[in-house]
Amino acid sequence: MGWRLALRPYVLIVPALLLTCGILYPFGLGLYYTLFDFSASKPQPDMVRFENYETVFTQEAFWNSAWVTVLYAVGAAAVETVLGVAVALLLHRSSMVGRVLEKILILPLMIAPVIAAIIWKLMLQPSVGVINYLLRPFGLGGVQWTDTPTGALLSSIAVDVWVYTPFVAILALAGLRSLPASPFEAAAVDGAGWWYTFRRLTLPMLWPYVLVAVIFRFMDSLKVFDIIYALTEGGPGDSTVVLQIRAYLEAIRFQRYSFGISYTIVLWAVVYLAAMVLVKHLGKIQRKAAEVAAK
Amino acid sequence: MKRTDQVTRQKRLLGWAADAALILYFVFALFPIAWMVILSLKPTNQLFSTYFSFSPTLDGYRTVLGDSEGIPFVRFFVNSLVVSVGAVVLSLLVGLPAAYASARWRFKGSENLMFTLLSFRFAPELTVIIPLFVLYQKLGLFDTYVGMVWVLQLVTLPLIVWIMRSYFADLTPELEQAALLDGYTRKQAFVRVALPLVKPGVAAVSLLAFIFAWNNFVFPLILTSNEAQTVTVGALSFLGGDRPKYNLTAAAALVSVVPPLLLALTIQRYLVRGLSFGAVKS
Repeated sequence: MGWRLALRPYVLIVPALLLTCGILYPFGLGLYYTLFDFSASKPQPDMVRFENYETVFTQEAFWNSAWVTVLYAVGAAAVETVLGVAVALLLHRSSMVGRVLEKILILPLMIAPVIAAIIWKLMLQPSVGVINYLLRPFGLGGVQWTDTPTGALLSSIAVDVWVYTPFVAILALAGLRSLPASPFEAAAVDGAGWWYTFRRLTLPMLWPYVLVAVIFRFMDSLKVFDIIYALTEGGPGDSTVVLQIRAYLEAIRFQRYSFGISYTIVLWAVVYLAAMVLVKHLGKIQRKAAEVAAK
Repeated sequence: MKRTDQVTRQKRLLGWAADAALILYFVFALFPIAWMVILSLKPTNQLFSTYFSFSPTLDGYRTVLGDSEGIPFVRFFVNSLVVSVGAVVLSLLVGLPAAYASARWRFKGSENLMFTLLSFRFAPELTVIIPLFVLYQKLGLFDTYVGMVWVLQLVTLPLIVWIMRSYFADLTPELEQAALLDGYTRKQAFVRVALPLVKPGVAAVSLLAFIFAWNNFVFPLILTSNEAQTVTVGALSFLGGDRPKYNLTAAAALVSVVPPLLLALTIQRYLVRGLSFGAVKS
Protein backbone atom coordinates (compact mmCIF):
# COMPACT_ATOMS: atom_id res chain seq x y z
CA MET A 1 0.00 0.00 0.00
CA GLY A 2 3.05 2.27 -0.32
CA TRP A 3 1.64 4.31 -3.17
CA ARG A 4 -1.40 5.25 -1.13
CA LEU A 5 0.86 6.59 1.59
CA ALA A 6 2.89 8.57 -0.92
CA LEU A 7 -0.25 10.06 -2.41
CA ARG A 8 -1.81 11.09 0.88
CA PRO A 9 -0.28 14.58 1.18
CA TYR A 10 -1.33 15.36 -2.36
CA VAL A 11 -4.87 14.21 -1.69
CA LEU A 12 -5.01 16.52 1.33
CA ILE A 13 -3.71 19.47 -0.65
CA VAL A 14 -5.76 18.97 -3.80
CA PRO A 15 -8.92 20.75 -2.59
CA ALA A 16 -6.90 23.83 -1.65
CA LEU A 17 -5.13 23.69 -4.98
CA LEU A 18 -8.36 23.32 -6.92
CA LEU A 19 -9.71 26.42 -5.25
CA THR A 20 -6.46 28.18 -5.99
CA CYS A 21 -6.64 27.10 -9.62
CA GLY A 22 -10.05 28.69 -9.72
CA ILE A 23 -8.06 31.86 -9.20
CA LEU A 24 -5.11 30.85 -11.37
CA TYR A 25 -7.44 30.33 -14.31
CA PRO A 26 -8.54 33.98 -14.50
CA PHE A 27 -4.91 34.98 -14.09
CA GLY A 28 -3.98 32.93 -17.16
CA LEU A 29 -7.07 34.17 -18.93
CA GLY A 30 -6.03 37.76 -18.19
CA LEU A 31 -2.56 37.09 -19.53
CA TYR A 32 -4.17 35.72 -22.69
CA TYR A 33 -6.52 38.71 -23.00
CA THR A 34 -3.57 41.10 -23.08
CA LEU A 35 -2.59 39.68 -26.48
CA PHE A 36 -5.89 40.97 -27.95
CA ASP A 37 -7.48 44.38 -28.26
CA PHE A 38 -10.38 43.23 -26.10
CA SER A 39 -12.65 46.07 -24.97
CA ALA A 40 -16.36 46.79 -24.52
CA SER A 41 -16.47 48.49 -27.91
CA LYS A 42 -14.75 45.52 -29.55
CA PRO A 43 -16.32 42.29 -28.32
CA GLN A 44 -14.82 40.37 -31.29
CA PRO A 45 -11.19 41.24 -30.65
CA ASP A 46 -8.24 40.83 -32.99
CA MET A 47 -4.97 39.32 -31.94
CA VAL A 48 -2.50 42.16 -31.46
CA ARG A 49 0.33 40.21 -29.77
CA PHE A 50 2.41 42.53 -27.65
CA GLU A 51 0.94 45.77 -28.90
CA ASN A 52 -0.77 46.45 -25.55
CA TYR A 53 2.54 46.23 -23.74
CA GLU A 54 4.24 48.39 -26.35
CA THR A 55 1.56 51.01 -25.82
CA VAL A 56 1.97 50.76 -22.05
CA PHE A 57 5.69 51.34 -22.13
CA THR A 58 5.60 54.15 -24.68
CA GLN A 59 2.85 56.00 -22.86
CA GLU A 60 3.84 58.92 -20.70
CA ALA A 61 0.90 58.12 -18.43
CA PHE A 62 2.49 54.79 -17.53
CA TRP A 63 5.80 56.30 -16.52
CA ASN A 64 4.01 58.94 -14.49
CA SER A 65 2.02 56.21 -12.72
CA ALA A 66 5.14 54.13 -12.14
CA TRP A 67 6.90 57.15 -10.61
CA VAL A 68 3.96 57.99 -8.36
CA THR A 69 3.71 54.34 -7.28
CA VAL A 70 7.39 54.18 -6.35
CA LEU A 71 7.23 57.49 -4.47
CA TYR A 72 4.20 56.25 -2.56
CA ALA A 73 5.64 52.83 -1.75
CA VAL A 74 9.08 54.08 -0.70
CA GLY A 75 7.60 56.95 1.30
CA ALA A 76 5.02 54.85 3.11
CA ALA A 77 7.37 51.92 3.82
CA ALA A 78 10.15 54.23 5.07
CA VAL A 79 7.97 56.24 7.46
CA GLU A 80 6.22 53.10 8.71
CA THR A 81 9.53 51.38 9.39
CA VAL A 82 11.09 54.24 11.35
CA LEU A 83 7.91 55.05 13.26
CA GLY A 84 7.00 51.40 13.85
CA VAL A 85 10.43 50.47 15.19
CA ALA A 86 10.43 53.57 17.41
CA VAL A 87 7.02 52.64 18.84
CA ALA A 88 8.19 49.05 19.39
CA LEU A 89 11.34 50.21 21.22
CA LEU A 90 9.29 52.53 23.44
CA LEU A 91 6.80 49.76 24.21
CA HIS A 92 9.61 47.30 24.90
CA ARG A 93 10.72 49.47 27.84
CA SER A 94 7.48 48.27 29.38
CA SER A 95 6.36 51.15 31.57
CA MET A 96 2.86 51.27 33.05
CA VAL A 97 1.74 53.60 30.27
CA GLY A 98 3.25 51.31 27.65
CA ARG A 99 1.50 48.21 28.97
CA VAL A 100 -1.87 49.93 28.79
CA LEU A 101 -1.30 51.41 25.33
CA GLU A 102 0.13 48.21 23.86
CA LYS A 103 -3.28 46.56 24.10
CA ILE A 104 -4.81 49.04 21.67
CA LEU A 105 -1.87 49.23 19.29
CA ILE A 106 -3.62 46.90 16.86
CA LEU A 107 -6.79 48.97 16.44
CA PRO A 108 -6.01 51.07 13.32
CA LEU A 109 -4.72 47.92 11.62
CA MET A 110 -8.14 46.32 12.03
CA ILE A 111 -9.92 49.14 10.23
CA ALA A 112 -10.42 48.60 6.50
CA PRO A 113 -7.98 50.85 4.60
CA VAL A 114 -10.86 52.24 2.56
CA ILE A 115 -12.69 53.21 5.75
CA ALA A 116 -9.48 54.75 7.08
CA ALA A 117 -9.28 56.82 3.91
CA ILE A 118 -12.89 57.93 4.36
CA ILE A 119 -12.16 58.93 7.97
CA TRP A 120 -9.10 60.95 6.95
CA LYS A 121 -10.91 62.50 4.03
CA LEU A 122 -13.47 63.92 6.46
CA MET A 123 -10.74 65.20 8.76
CA LEU A 124 -8.70 66.74 5.94
CA GLN A 125 -11.52 68.78 4.36
CA PRO A 126 -9.90 72.22 3.84
CA SER A 127 -12.68 74.42 5.23
CA VAL A 128 -14.69 72.18 7.54
CA GLY A 129 -12.19 69.45 8.49
CA VAL A 130 -10.95 69.13 12.05
CA ILE A 131 -7.24 69.11 11.11
CA ASN A 132 -7.29 72.62 9.69
CA TYR A 133 -9.45 73.67 12.64
CA LEU A 134 -6.74 72.46 15.02
CA LEU A 135 -4.01 74.06 12.91
CA ARG A 136 -5.71 77.46 12.77
CA PRO A 137 -4.14 78.78 16.01
CA PHE A 138 -0.75 78.13 14.36
CA GLY A 139 -1.69 80.17 11.32
CA LEU A 140 -2.13 77.11 9.09
CA GLY A 141 -5.88 76.97 8.79
CA GLY A 142 -6.27 76.84 5.04
CA VAL A 143 -4.14 73.94 3.81
CA GLN A 144 -5.64 72.30 0.70
CA TRP A 145 -4.67 68.80 1.80
CA THR A 146 -5.97 66.63 -1.03
CA ASP A 147 -6.40 69.34 -3.66
CA THR A 148 -2.74 69.97 -4.48
CA PRO A 149 -0.52 67.32 -6.13
CA THR A 150 2.05 67.16 -3.32
CA GLY A 151 -0.60 67.44 -0.64
CA ALA A 152 -2.62 64.59 -2.14
CA LEU A 153 0.38 62.27 -2.27
CA LEU A 154 1.47 63.16 1.26
CA SER A 155 -2.08 62.77 2.57
CA SER A 156 -2.46 59.31 1.07
CA ILE A 157 0.91 58.28 2.49
CA ALA A 158 -0.26 59.60 5.87
CA VAL A 159 -3.33 57.34 5.74
CA ASP A 160 -1.12 54.36 4.86
CA VAL A 161 1.15 55.25 7.79
CA TRP A 162 -1.83 55.53 10.12
CA VAL A 163 -3.16 52.09 9.15
CA TYR A 164 0.06 50.09 8.84
CA THR A 165 2.56 51.49 11.35
CA PRO A 166 1.08 49.13 13.99
CA PHE A 167 1.92 46.20 11.70
CA VAL A 168 5.62 47.12 11.69
CA ALA A 169 5.49 47.88 15.42
CA ILE A 170 3.94 44.48 16.21
CA LEU A 171 6.54 42.57 14.21
CA ALA A 172 9.40 44.61 15.66
CA LEU A 173 8.04 44.12 19.19
CA ALA A 174 7.76 40.36 18.64
CA GLY A 175 11.35 40.47 17.41
CA LEU A 176 12.61 42.48 20.39
CA ARG A 177 10.98 40.04 22.79
CA SER A 178 12.62 37.05 21.17
CA LEU A 179 16.19 38.38 21.17
CA PRO A 180 18.64 36.33 23.27
CA ALA A 181 19.46 37.90 26.63
CA SER A 182 23.13 36.94 26.96
CA PRO A 183 24.69 39.49 24.53
CA PHE A 184 22.87 42.27 26.39
CA GLU A 185 24.00 40.98 29.78
CA ALA A 186 27.59 40.86 28.56
CA ALA A 187 27.33 44.41 27.24
CA ALA A 188 25.88 45.61 30.55
CA VAL A 189 28.76 44.00 32.46
CA ASP A 190 31.18 45.80 30.13
CA GLY A 191 29.43 49.04 30.96
CA ALA A 192 28.29 49.70 27.39
CA GLY A 193 26.05 52.73 26.94
CA TRP A 194 22.51 52.73 25.58
CA TRP A 195 23.46 53.99 22.13
CA TYR A 196 26.31 51.51 21.73
CA THR A 197 24.11 48.59 22.77
CA PHE A 198 21.36 49.73 20.43
CA ARG A 199 23.64 50.12 17.40
CA ARG A 200 25.85 47.10 17.91
CA LEU A 201 23.39 44.58 19.37
CA THR A 202 19.71 45.49 19.19
CA LEU A 203 19.57 46.81 15.66
CA PRO A 204 21.61 44.10 13.86
CA MET A 205 19.73 41.29 15.66
CA LEU A 206 16.36 42.97 15.15
CA TRP A 207 16.99 43.80 11.50
CA PRO A 208 15.68 40.50 10.03
CA TYR A 209 12.31 41.05 11.75
CA VAL A 210 12.19 44.64 10.57
CA LEU A 211 13.11 43.62 7.05
CA VAL A 212 10.26 41.11 6.92
CA ALA A 213 7.90 43.92 7.88
CA VAL A 214 9.50 46.21 5.27
CA ILE A 215 9.09 43.56 2.57
CA PHE A 216 5.41 43.14 3.38
CA ARG A 217 4.81 46.88 3.54
CA PHE A 218 6.75 47.71 0.39
CA MET A 219 5.06 44.97 -1.68
CA ASP A 220 1.63 45.96 -0.44
CA SER A 221 2.23 49.67 -1.04
CA LEU A 222 3.34 49.02 -4.62
CA LYS A 223 -0.15 47.69 -5.29
CA VAL A 224 -2.07 50.21 -3.22
CA PHE A 225 -5.61 50.76 -4.43
CA ASP A 226 -8.28 51.32 -1.81
CA ILE A 227 -6.67 54.20 0.09
CA ILE A 228 -6.09 56.22 -3.08
CA TYR A 229 -9.45 55.29 -4.58
CA ALA A 230 -11.34 56.62 -1.58
CA LEU A 231 -9.10 59.59 -0.78
CA THR A 232 -8.21 61.18 -4.11
CA GLU A 233 -9.34 58.86 -6.93
CA GLY A 234 -5.95 59.54 -8.50
CA GLY A 235 -6.30 63.31 -8.54
CA PRO A 236 -5.78 66.17 -8.65
CA GLY A 237 -4.81 65.70 -12.28
CA ASP A 238 -2.66 62.60 -12.46
CA SER A 239 -0.77 63.30 -9.26
CA THR A 240 -1.83 60.17 -7.33
CA VAL A 241 -2.69 57.79 -10.16
CA VAL A 242 -0.78 54.75 -8.93
CA LEU A 243 -0.57 51.73 -11.23
CA GLN A 244 -3.57 49.85 -9.85
CA ILE A 245 -5.71 52.98 -10.09
CA ARG A 246 -4.62 53.45 -13.70
CA ALA A 247 -5.44 49.81 -14.43
CA TYR A 248 -8.85 50.30 -12.83
CA LEU A 249 -9.56 53.44 -14.83
CA GLU A 250 -8.52 51.81 -18.12
CA ALA A 251 -10.23 48.46 -17.60
CA ILE A 252 -13.37 49.28 -15.64
CA ARG A 253 -14.07 52.97 -16.20
CA PHE A 254 -13.07 53.12 -19.92
CA GLN A 255 -13.73 49.39 -20.47
CA ARG A 256 -10.47 48.77 -22.33
CA TYR A 257 -10.13 45.39 -20.65
CA SER A 258 -6.97 44.01 -22.19
CA PHE A 259 -5.13 47.30 -21.97
CA GLY A 260 -6.01 47.62 -18.28
CA ILE A 261 -4.87 44.07 -17.57
CA SER A 262 -1.50 44.67 -19.24
CA TYR A 263 -0.94 47.41 -16.66
CA THR A 264 -1.52 44.97 -13.81
CA ILE A 265 0.68 42.31 -15.44
CA VAL A 266 3.54 44.80 -15.59
CA LEU A 267 2.91 45.70 -11.95
CA TRP A 268 2.81 42.02 -11.03
CA ALA A 269 6.19 41.47 -12.67
CA VAL A 270 7.68 44.42 -10.81
CA VAL A 271 6.33 43.26 -7.45
CA TYR A 272 7.63 39.76 -8.12
CA LEU A 273 11.11 41.03 -8.99
CA ALA A 274 11.20 43.35 -5.97
CA ALA A 275 10.15 40.42 -3.76
CA MET A 276 12.97 38.24 -5.12
CA VAL A 277 15.62 40.89 -4.54
CA LEU A 278 14.39 41.68 -1.03
CA VAL A 279 14.08 38.03 0.01
CA LYS A 280 17.63 37.37 -1.15
CA HIS A 281 18.79 40.35 0.88
CA LEU A 282 16.81 38.99 3.84
CA GLY A 283 18.86 35.79 3.82
CA LYS A 284 22.10 37.79 4.07
CA ILE A 285 20.75 39.92 6.93
CA GLN A 286 19.55 36.82 8.79
CA ARG A 287 23.02 35.27 8.67
CA LYS A 288 24.56 38.49 9.97
CA ALA A 289 22.04 38.63 12.83
CA ALA A 290 22.85 35.05 13.79
CA GLU A 291 26.55 35.97 14.00
CA VAL A 292 25.84 38.86 16.37
CA ALA A 293 23.60 36.69 18.54
CA ALA A 294 26.28 33.97 18.76
CA LYS A 295 28.99 36.36 19.98
CA MET B 1 25.81 59.25 46.54
CA LYS B 2 25.17 62.42 44.65
CA ARG B 3 26.17 60.85 41.32
CA THR B 4 23.71 57.97 41.62
CA ASP B 5 21.01 60.48 42.52
CA GLN B 6 21.71 62.34 39.35
CA VAL B 7 21.70 59.15 37.30
CA THR B 8 18.33 58.02 38.64
CA ARG B 9 16.93 61.47 38.03
CA GLN B 10 18.16 61.40 34.46
CA LYS B 11 16.69 57.94 34.00
CA ARG B 12 13.34 59.05 35.34
CA LEU B 13 13.29 62.06 33.04
CA LEU B 14 14.10 59.82 30.07
CA GLY B 15 11.29 57.50 31.12
CA TRP B 16 8.85 60.38 31.14
CA ALA B 17 10.04 61.53 27.74
CA ALA B 18 9.55 58.01 26.39
CA ASP B 19 6.03 57.81 27.85
CA ALA B 20 5.22 61.22 26.41
CA ALA B 21 6.41 60.14 22.96
CA LEU B 22 4.27 56.99 23.20
CA ILE B 23 1.22 58.96 24.22
CA LEU B 24 1.78 61.32 21.31
CA TYR B 25 1.80 58.39 18.88
CA PHE B 26 -1.34 56.94 20.39
CA VAL B 27 -3.13 60.28 20.10
CA PHE B 28 -2.30 60.11 16.38
CA ALA B 29 -3.54 56.50 16.28
CA LEU B 30 -6.76 56.98 18.23
CA PHE B 31 -7.87 60.53 17.53
CA PRO B 32 -9.37 59.73 14.10
CA ILE B 33 -11.59 57.04 15.63
CA ALA B 34 -12.66 59.34 18.46
CA TRP B 35 -13.31 62.15 16.00
CA MET B 36 -15.57 59.89 13.92
CA VAL B 37 -17.61 59.17 17.06
CA ILE B 38 -18.02 62.92 17.63
CA LEU B 39 -18.83 63.61 14.00
CA SER B 40 -21.36 60.78 13.80
CA LEU B 41 -23.25 62.19 16.80
CA LYS B 42 -23.55 65.69 15.34
CA PRO B 43 -26.93 66.96 14.24
CA THR B 44 -26.97 67.90 10.54
CA ASN B 45 -27.40 71.63 11.19
CA GLN B 46 -24.30 71.79 13.41
CA LEU B 47 -22.00 69.93 11.01
CA PHE B 48 -20.04 72.93 9.82
CA SER B 49 -19.89 75.05 12.95
CA THR B 50 -19.08 74.41 16.62
CA TYR B 51 -16.38 71.79 16.54
CA PHE B 52 -16.29 70.19 19.96
CA SER B 53 -19.44 71.52 21.60
CA PHE B 54 -22.74 70.40 20.12
CA SER B 55 -25.93 68.61 21.09
CA PRO B 56 -25.28 64.90 20.40
CA THR B 57 -27.97 62.97 18.59
CA LEU B 58 -28.36 59.43 17.28
CA ASP B 59 -30.17 60.69 14.17
CA GLY B 60 -27.15 59.94 11.99
CA TYR B 61 -27.23 56.29 12.97
CA ARG B 62 -31.01 56.15 12.56
CA THR B 63 -30.70 57.47 9.01
CA VAL B 64 -27.86 55.13 8.08
CA LEU B 65 -29.48 52.03 9.57
CA GLY B 66 -32.94 53.02 8.37
CA ASP B 67 -31.98 53.11 4.68
CA SER B 68 -33.34 56.66 4.48
CA GLU B 69 -30.66 57.90 2.12
CA GLY B 70 -31.61 55.24 -0.42
CA ILE B 71 -28.56 53.18 0.57
CA PRO B 72 -29.55 49.79 2.03
CA PHE B 73 -26.75 49.79 4.56
CA VAL B 74 -28.15 47.07 6.80
CA ARG B 75 -28.30 44.72 3.84
CA PHE B 76 -24.70 45.53 2.96
CA PHE B 77 -23.78 44.74 6.56
CA VAL B 78 -25.53 41.36 6.38
CA ASN B 79 -23.87 40.71 3.01
CA SER B 80 -20.46 41.35 4.57
CA LEU B 81 -21.26 38.87 7.34
CA VAL B 82 -22.44 36.18 4.91
CA VAL B 83 -19.56 36.38 2.45
CA SER B 84 -16.85 36.76 5.12
CA VAL B 85 -18.11 33.80 7.16
CA GLY B 86 -18.59 31.81 3.96
CA ALA B 87 -15.05 32.50 2.81
CA VAL B 88 -13.56 31.57 6.19
CA VAL B 89 -15.54 28.32 6.47
CA LEU B 90 -14.58 27.24 2.96
CA SER B 91 -10.94 28.17 3.55
CA LEU B 92 -10.87 26.16 6.78
CA LEU B 93 -12.39 23.10 5.09
CA VAL B 94 -9.74 22.97 2.38
CA GLY B 95 -6.95 24.85 4.16
CA LEU B 96 -6.63 22.79 7.38
CA PRO B 97 -5.88 19.49 5.58
CA ALA B 98 -3.47 21.28 3.25
CA ALA B 99 -1.66 22.96 6.15
CA TYR B 100 -1.48 19.65 8.03
CA ALA B 101 -0.13 17.77 5.03
CA SER B 102 2.54 20.36 4.32
CA ALA B 103 3.64 20.50 7.96
CA ARG B 104 3.80 16.70 8.41
CA TRP B 105 5.30 15.43 5.18
CA ARG B 106 8.14 16.59 3.03
CA PHE B 107 7.00 15.55 -0.40
CA LYS B 108 7.93 16.33 -3.94
CA GLY B 109 7.09 19.91 -4.81
CA SER B 110 5.71 20.72 -1.35
CA GLU B 111 7.69 23.92 -0.98
CA ASN B 112 6.76 25.05 -4.47
CA LEU B 113 3.09 24.37 -3.91
CA MET B 114 3.15 26.29 -0.66
CA PHE B 115 5.01 29.16 -2.23
CA THR B 116 2.48 29.30 -5.05
CA LEU B 117 -0.27 29.60 -2.46
CA LEU B 118 1.54 32.41 -0.67
CA SER B 119 2.53 34.22 -3.84
CA PHE B 120 -1.12 35.16 -4.38
CA ARG B 121 -0.69 37.52 -1.48
CA PHE B 122 1.70 39.51 -3.62
CA ALA B 123 -0.30 39.57 -6.85
CA PRO B 124 -2.05 42.88 -7.61
CA GLU B 125 -5.74 42.19 -7.04
CA LEU B 126 -6.80 43.75 -10.31
CA THR B 127 -4.77 41.22 -12.30
CA VAL B 128 -7.36 38.56 -11.49
CA ILE B 129 -10.36 40.76 -10.86
CA ILE B 130 -10.61 42.20 -14.34
CA PRO B 131 -10.70 38.76 -16.03
CA LEU B 132 -13.04 37.59 -13.27
CA PHE B 133 -15.29 40.57 -13.97
CA VAL B 134 -15.61 39.43 -17.59
CA LEU B 135 -15.92 35.76 -16.58
CA TYR B 136 -18.43 36.38 -13.78
CA GLN B 137 -20.76 38.22 -16.12
CA LYS B 138 -20.72 35.27 -18.51
CA LEU B 139 -21.20 32.69 -15.73
CA GLY B 140 -23.84 34.66 -13.83
CA LEU B 141 -21.62 34.91 -10.74
CA PHE B 142 -21.45 38.71 -10.89
CA ASP B 143 -23.02 40.31 -7.80
CA THR B 144 -23.69 36.97 -6.06
CA TYR B 145 -22.66 35.49 -2.71
CA VAL B 146 -21.04 32.48 -4.40
CA GLY B 147 -18.91 34.72 -6.58
CA MET B 148 -17.76 36.78 -3.62
CA VAL B 149 -17.02 33.79 -1.37
CA TRP B 150 -15.00 32.17 -4.13
CA VAL B 151 -12.87 35.21 -4.85
CA LEU B 152 -12.32 36.03 -1.16
CA GLN B 153 -10.32 32.78 -0.99
CA LEU B 154 -7.50 34.85 -2.40
CA VAL B 155 -7.41 36.67 0.92
CA THR B 156 -8.38 33.98 3.44
CA LEU B 157 -6.89 30.74 2.13
CA PRO B 158 -3.18 31.69 2.04
CA LEU B 159 -3.49 33.26 5.49
CA ILE B 160 -5.10 30.16 7.00
CA VAL B 161 -2.74 27.68 5.33
CA TRP B 162 0.41 29.57 6.28
CA ILE B 163 -0.43 30.28 9.89
CA MET B 164 -1.96 26.84 10.57
CA ARG B 165 1.06 25.21 8.99
CA SER B 166 3.30 26.63 11.69
CA TYR B 167 0.83 25.61 14.40
CA PHE B 168 0.83 22.01 13.10
CA ALA B 169 4.62 22.04 12.75
CA ASP B 170 4.91 22.92 16.44
CA LEU B 171 3.04 19.75 17.44
CA THR B 172 5.26 16.72 17.97
CA PRO B 173 4.33 13.89 15.58
CA GLU B 174 4.66 11.41 18.47
CA LEU B 175 1.22 12.35 19.72
CA GLU B 176 -0.44 11.13 16.55
CA GLN B 177 1.87 8.14 16.33
CA ALA B 178 0.73 7.09 19.80
CA ALA B 179 -2.84 7.46 18.62
CA LEU B 180 -2.08 5.28 15.61
CA LEU B 181 -0.64 2.59 17.90
CA ASP B 182 -3.87 2.76 19.90
CA GLY B 183 -5.66 1.65 16.74
CA TYR B 184 -6.80 5.04 15.45
CA THR B 185 -6.80 5.57 11.70
CA ARG B 186 -4.80 8.46 10.28
CA LYS B 187 -7.97 10.46 9.79
CA GLN B 188 -9.07 9.83 13.37
CA ALA B 189 -5.63 10.82 14.64
CA PHE B 190 -5.92 14.09 12.77
CA VAL B 191 -9.48 14.87 13.81
CA ARG B 192 -9.30 13.64 17.43
CA VAL B 193 -5.69 14.33 18.41
CA ALA B 194 -4.03 16.96 16.24
CA LEU B 195 -7.01 19.21 15.55
CA PRO B 196 -8.11 19.70 19.19
CA LEU B 197 -4.55 20.68 20.12
CA VAL B 198 -4.44 23.50 17.60
CA LYS B 199 -7.96 24.69 18.37
CA PRO B 200 -6.82 28.05 19.80
CA GLY B 201 -4.83 28.60 16.63
CA VAL B 202 -7.80 27.74 14.44
CA ALA B 203 -9.97 30.18 16.38
CA ALA B 204 -7.44 33.01 16.12
CA VAL B 205 -6.66 32.51 12.46
CA SER B 206 -10.35 32.23 11.57
CA LEU B 207 -11.08 35.56 13.19
CA LEU B 208 -8.06 37.16 11.56
CA ALA B 209 -9.15 35.81 8.17
CA PHE B 210 -12.70 37.01 8.86
CA ILE B 211 -11.41 40.54 9.55
CA PHE B 212 -9.33 40.54 6.36
CA ALA B 213 -12.29 39.35 4.30
CA TRP B 214 -14.61 41.86 5.95
CA ASN B 215 -12.18 44.72 5.28
CA ASN B 216 -11.66 43.89 1.62
CA PHE B 217 -12.75 46.61 -0.73
CA VAL B 218 -11.59 45.97 -4.26
CA PHE B 219 -13.35 42.61 -4.79
CA PRO B 220 -16.82 43.84 -3.90
CA LEU B 221 -16.19 47.15 -5.66
CA ILE B 222 -15.73 45.45 -9.01
CA LEU B 223 -17.51 42.11 -8.66
CA THR B 224 -20.76 43.28 -7.06
CA SER B 225 -23.17 46.05 -7.86
CA ASN B 226 -26.08 45.95 -5.44
CA GLU B 227 -27.30 42.53 -4.33
CA ALA B 228 -24.05 41.26 -2.83
CA GLN B 229 -22.37 44.60 -2.10
CA THR B 230 -20.56 44.85 1.23
CA VAL B 231 -20.17 47.55 3.88
CA THR B 232 -16.77 48.78 2.75
CA VAL B 233 -18.21 49.78 -0.63
CA GLY B 234 -21.49 50.82 0.95
CA ALA B 235 -19.84 53.22 3.40
CA LEU B 236 -18.13 54.99 0.53
CA SER B 237 -21.42 55.72 -1.21
CA PHE B 238 -22.41 58.10 1.62
CA LEU B 239 -19.64 60.42 0.44
CA GLY B 240 -21.35 60.86 -2.92
CA GLY B 241 -24.32 63.09 -3.64
CA ASP B 242 -24.48 66.85 -4.09
CA ARG B 243 -24.50 67.80 -0.41
CA PRO B 244 -22.00 65.71 1.51
CA LYS B 245 -23.45 64.51 4.81
CA TYR B 246 -20.39 64.09 6.96
CA ASN B 247 -22.28 62.86 10.01
CA LEU B 248 -23.88 60.05 7.99
CA THR B 249 -20.53 59.11 6.43
CA ALA B 250 -18.97 59.00 9.90
CA ALA B 251 -21.81 56.88 11.26
CA ALA B 252 -21.58 54.45 8.32
CA ALA B 253 -17.80 54.22 8.68
CA LEU B 254 -18.12 53.48 12.40
CA VAL B 255 -20.85 50.86 11.98
CA SER B 256 -18.72 49.09 9.39
CA VAL B 257 -15.68 48.92 11.69
CA VAL B 258 -17.57 47.64 14.74
CA PRO B 259 -17.13 43.90 14.03
CA PRO B 260 -13.37 43.99 13.34
CA LEU B 261 -12.69 46.36 16.23
CA LEU B 262 -14.75 44.32 18.71
CA LEU B 263 -13.01 41.11 17.63
CA ALA B 264 -9.61 42.81 17.82
CA LEU B 265 -10.23 44.01 21.37
CA THR B 266 -11.46 40.61 22.61
CA ILE B 267 -8.77 38.44 21.11
CA GLN B 268 -6.01 41.06 20.84
CA ARG B 269 -3.24 38.76 22.12
CA TYR B 270 -4.00 35.95 19.68
CA LEU B 271 -4.31 38.32 16.74
CA VAL B 272 -0.91 39.81 17.46
CA ARG B 273 0.54 36.30 17.68
CA GLY B 274 -1.15 35.33 14.43
CA LEU B 275 0.01 38.43 12.61
CA SER B 276 3.63 38.12 13.65
CA PHE B 277 3.58 34.34 13.19
CA GLY B 278 2.20 34.56 9.68
CA ALA B 279 4.74 37.14 8.64
CA VAL B 280 7.89 35.98 10.38
CA LYS B 281 7.58 32.27 9.78
CA SER B 282 7.04 32.66 6.07
